[in-house]
Amino acid sequence: MKMQLIQPFISAADSILAHALDGPTKIGDLSMEEEGYRPKGFSARIAICGEIEGRVILDMDSATAARVASALAGYEVNESEQVVRETLCELANMMIGNAVTLLNDHGYEFKVHPPEVHTGEEAVRGTSNTEAMAIYFDTPCGRVFVNISMRYNLSRQPEHDAALK
Amino acid sequence: MKPFTPLTRKQDSQPVRYLVVDDSVFARKSLAKMIDTFGGELAGEAGDGCTAITEYARTNPDIVLMDITMPQMEGIEAVERIVRQHPEARIVMVSSVGYQDNILAALQKGARHFVQKPVKPDVLYEIIRYVLNDDGVPAPAAVGEARP
Repeated sequence: MKMQLIQPFISAADSILAHALDGPTKIGDLSMEEEGYRPKGFSARIAICGEIEGRVILDMDSATAARVASALAGYEVNESEQVVRETLCELANMMIGNAVTLLNDHGYEFKVHPPEVHTGEEAVRGTSNTEAMAIYFDTPCGRVFVNISMRYNLSRQPEHDAALK
Repeated sequence: MKPFTPLTRKQDSQPVRYLVVDDSVFARKSLAKMIDTFGGELAGEAGDGCTAITEYARTNPDIVLMDITMPQMEGIEAVERIVRQHPEARIVMVSSVGYQDNILAALQKGARHFVQKPVKPDVLYEIIRYVLNDDGVPAPAAVGEARP
């Protein structure tokens, strides 16, 4: 997996979390995973297709999700409330939006699907033939995980190369 | 959120009225909070481009804050349709997706400005002042008070 595809997502996640939660973040260890991803409780999953394809998962446990939602909403939010799902969706949207802005300005064309929010710990299968990069961010509200599986769509590579000429 | 010098309409000294268009309820609430700190009034909300068109006609707002990626009808198409019917419409795009093609398309369809999410209140405030131009003025009681 090419780091130039991954780096925009890491930078965007770091920037969005620090800004939204109004506090410092610390980027944790980075690891590569070939097996499916097991979410921690609340996860927003976004699929990308086009010249780049794959998926990004923004994930946190339910207590962290409630603290994040409370911080953004400005009042105490219970983890069972709808606002927790909406907060996670919006955070994922902002993160992906900022990352794809960088990638798009580098000439890649692709479509971003709306985020799907899932609760529970059911494993997410990896993209075929593509390993995933896992990273976490320590934030004032707790640990936030980001799992990225992304690759060039080789069938679209000639179109991309031609567009850049 | 820090308070801002309230902006009012020059014509009648009433609060500036906003239409907020975003499919995320959370994003709409967040923008509504900022509008409140700007001394504005929420004239209406919409969760997609189609509703935005009818809400614009119904509420006749001073400013529209419009998301781009939405179900049914996206923000850029909604801008085009609103501006075609109401050339005076002042629409500011508010989106997490800020690549050049998107910004250019929105401006070509008639949007007045663009701000990328996450929105910083002081940035949005300055953009609104710029877009309102001479039609928005600091509230008389607030003149002389500290600016952000």
